[in-house]
Amino acid sequence: MKSPDKKVLLSMFGTMHKIRAFETACQEFFAAGKIPGFVHLYLGEEAVATGACATLRKTDMITSTHRGHGHCLAKGGDLKFMMAEIFGRKTGYCKGKGGSMHIADVHIGILGANGIVGGGGPLAAGAALSSKYRKSDTVTVCFFGDGASNQGTTQEALNLASAWKLPLVFINENNGYGISCPQSKSMAITDIADRASAYDMPGVVVDGNDVLAVYEAVSEAVNRARQGKGPSLLECKTYRWRGHFEGDPTVYRPESELKEWMAKDPIPRFAKKLLDSKQATQAELDAIVGGVKKEVEEAVAFAESSPYPELADLLEDVYA
Amino acid sequence: MAKKTYLQALNEAMRLEMERDADVFIIGEDVGKFGGCFGVTQGLFDKFGSERVIDTPITESAIVGAAVGSAVSGLRPVAELMFVDFIGCALDQLFNQGAKMRYMFGGKAKVPMTLRMPQGAGVCAAAQHSQSLEAWFMHIPGIKVAIPSTPYDAKGLLISAIREDNPVIFLEHKMLYGVEGEVPDESYTIPLGKADVKREGADVTVVATSRMVHSALEAAETLAASGISVEVVDPRSLQPLDSDTIVESVKKTHALVVAHEAVGFAGPGAEIIAQVAEKALDYLDAPVKRVAAPFCPVPFSPPLEQAFIPGADAIVAAVKSLR
Repeated sequence: MKSPDKKVLLSMFGTMHKIRAFETACQEFFAAGKIPGFVHLYLGEEAVATGACATLRKTDMITSTHRGHGHCLAKGGDLKFMMAEIFGRKTGYCKGKGGSMHIADVHIGILGANGIVGGGGPLAAGAALSSKYRKSDTVTVCFFGDGASNQGTTQEALNLASAWKLPLVFINENNGYGISCPQSKSMAITDIADRASAYDMPGVVVDGNDVLAVYEAVSEAVNRARQGKGPSLLECKTYRWRGHFEGDPTVYRPESELKEWMAKDPIPRFAKKLLDSKQATQAELDAIVGGVKKEVEEAVAFAESSPYPELADLLEDVYA
Repeated sequence: MAKKTYLQALNEAMRLEMERDADVFIIGEDVGKFGGCFGVTQGLFDKFGSERVIDTPITESAIVGAAVGSAVSGLRPVAELMFVDFIGCALDQLFNQGAKMRYMFGGKAKVPMTLRMPQGAGVCAAAQHSQSLEAWFMHIPGIKVAIPSTPYDAKGLLISAIREDNPVIFLEHKMLYGVEGEVPDESYTIPLGKADVKREGADVTVVATSRMVHSALEAAETLAASGISVEVVDPRSLQPLDSDTIVESVKKTHALVVAHEAVGFAGPGAEIIAQVAEKALDYLDAPVKRVAAPFCPVPFSPPLEQAFIPGADAIVAAVKSLR
């Protein structure tokens, strides 16, 4: 496979930083009491959404999870509308009715973050069925966690996708824990990708903290899907730096484990690759980081200055 | 007008909509060559092919989820579950996903899907293949619930359901599939949320749904011989519920009996009665009565099953008890 060109590389670098900065802002404003409800941050996992969505077209679709900010940003979600939604404001993507766990923009193929673990699989199968039905070459990516991989819905979706050769790429983000439960206690296998063999589809273990490895593996799976050759299951091994949700005391995992994974931070790792291979200069990277920082600040300002929904909106949009 | 069965009317509705709109397709277990568990999709596979009449594995979450996912991405699926009882396997995809997407996404998505499911007792299919679960679906904002009693209504309501931009739960009674009635050949719609007065009367309103409409009409005939004039109102859809027509009828008759095959406790009748209590309590000259299944699972053995199913006799008794 030919490696991505400079434009794609820099775009991925920007997306990873965008997610990092966005999530850091969410962490900060949640702690300050400005974000209601629950937030599940994507910090540490940026390479997965970034590498995966960089292979997609605007017309391709994704289903996301409760830890969905990264997926939505990487698929082209607007920071301002996302942040306003997370703040519960009328100007948000969902007019403040969905919040962090339900950000969606169907017009750019984001079929929704999802509050239900394993909720996205069957929906992704349906979206992929749409592509097949219309003889379109669009592809759907289903992001799901290690916890969701045990859900019956996920297995049903894997089976349907393989039986019907749907243009669907299952991307498992294995961050090692289903809330507090480590993978070793929730399944007997080490590699979730092994489950692919049960559905006669390619199953690949990917370093989820290496954006280029993710890009490469997903490109192959997406091309395969686009050519009508059916689904794949990629397992991206990664780690969440924060708890399951903000406020989770994370008593279930050792501090040393977190340190070990933070040392594998996907962002400096990618930056080093870009610089070492002379595909980017420090000045170029700095400019991207600065631009992203500004974008996030503007998104926060937009969210904070936006009004809450009007109470009269309560009963709007229950039905079409 | 031609006489057709309830089953033929449903089949015709799907055929007409599939001819009219290339985005309409059928998905479910054994809906293809086999023609569906009860034969409702017979002939559609031969006419439209395997790409538009899609057999699935026996995985209800995948069926409902694929319907929701294809609907939100632009198609117009008509999904079938073999029995309403199987919705338990797929509930999350329906009530947490399909039903809520539009609202959760701030009105920026639509989910134009129909989920057809046969329900009801009468064929000794026992507790997991015989329930009437309409009250479950009525309780979920974001979905609509149609429950036709006649071939004419079945066709018009199904065409409306397929054209709806919301998820519609379409509840067919398995004992009605063979019932005949006048059904025009051409396409027509019956709006969801519009009740039908199946028989006009002056003394008592009987609001009945699905198969119980036929029992109510039978009871009305019996009661007419005793000089009691019964008005039979069929809501035809339970969400939206045409409480106006029901309330108007009660204002005229001053008495209400509600009849359905779902169990009485927290059943659809509870909502209908609450609506009347809120809007027309002063018009009632007698306590309201519910004719419903007893609060137990549907039994297998024929005499027990027959005892479970409320019938015309129970409606006659309920009406007489008001006087």
